[in-house]
Amino acid sequence: MSTKDRKLTLSFIPYSDIEKLDSMKRVKKILDVVLKDRIVILQGRLEATEEASLIQSTMALVGRIKNFRGVELAVIQGKNEDNDFMSKVRIRMARALVGDRDALTIIGPAAVVKEIKKDPSKIDLMLKR
Amino acid sequence: MVIRIVKNFFKRVFSNIFTGKKNLSLGFYGPPNAGKTSLANRICKDWTGEEIGRVSKIPHETRMIQFKEKVEIEYKGKKLTLKLVDTPGIATRIDYEDFLKFGMRKKEAQQRAKEATSGVIESIKWLEDMNAVVVVLDATENPYSQVNITIIGNLVARKIPVLIVANKVDLKKAEIKKIEAAFPEYEVVGISARYGTNMEEFYESLFKLAKKI
Repeated sequence: MSTKDRKLTLSFIPYSDIEKLDSMKRVKKILDVVLKDRIVILQGRLEATEEASLIQSTMALVGRIKNFRGVELAVIQGKNEDNDFMSKVRIRMARALVGDRDALTIIGPAAVVKEIKKDPSKIDLMLKR
Repeated sequence: MVIRIVKNFFKRVFSNIFTGKKNLSLGFYGPPNAGKTSLANRICKDWTGEEIGRVSKIPHETRMIQFKEKVEIEYKGKKLTLKLVDTPGIATRIDYEDFLKFGMRKKEAQQRAKEATSGVIESIKWLEDMNAVVVVLDATENPYSQVNITIIGNLVARKIPVLIVANKVDLKKAEIKKIEAAFPEYEVVGISARYGTNMEEFYESLFKLAKKI
């Protein structure tokens, strides 16, 4: 690798790794990875209140940790609009039982990821040079 | 004395029944620079003649929660008494270097970034104290940002009624339909807080929102 190349590390966190953790520990686990300048690919998604805690914890770290300016965050989830009523019920029941695993959450440190542009069907990761 | 107290009590109760008068905390939430303070100012100016806070082109101008108590709004014979709560914009990243582009000095920019991070934390803390929330989005920006989704998700989780405002419809790039497509379960009102465009429809939606509380 030449000196001009820049390494980008993606860390995959399977849902089973956070399944039994409480909200605070989930947020901590994610931020621990992000603070190593890695992009987290999380199977599933956090609860809305956990996402808010993640933002709060992130903001608390900005200015305290050198060169940490926050995160870029996006969730992609397949649409279930075409499913019939029973399929939707099954999906909801499955989510209630085993968590929301059919989404992907991408969290990258702002020092690495300039912007995540999202529209319903795709995500563009704009990286910093 | 007792007669006067009883009389006032009945007057208050019956006036609430017949005019639908309510006293509620109405929060203005959204990403930075969407026009939350501009809208809160517009409402305040319309009904009290005063403003709630300063606006600026530089993001994170509002870095502390701002209030305006007892703002009385009248619409079609009904009254609402509101406590307006204007909140700092919620963001997942705050980089002081972004402020340097607006001609700020490094120290000033760093201080602004520091205050802005505290503002985001405060905004989220205040969520649960709201009776209803107006989510203000910039109609020229992509609505699918995770911050927007997180704010609305948190309001839903707390069962707080939501009205979405697509602000800056006076700009050519504004796309209200994109916001409606992103949040099909919510009423979206397109306005220009700066020029006061479509405020009638906004007030009508505000009264509908108050009914959901």
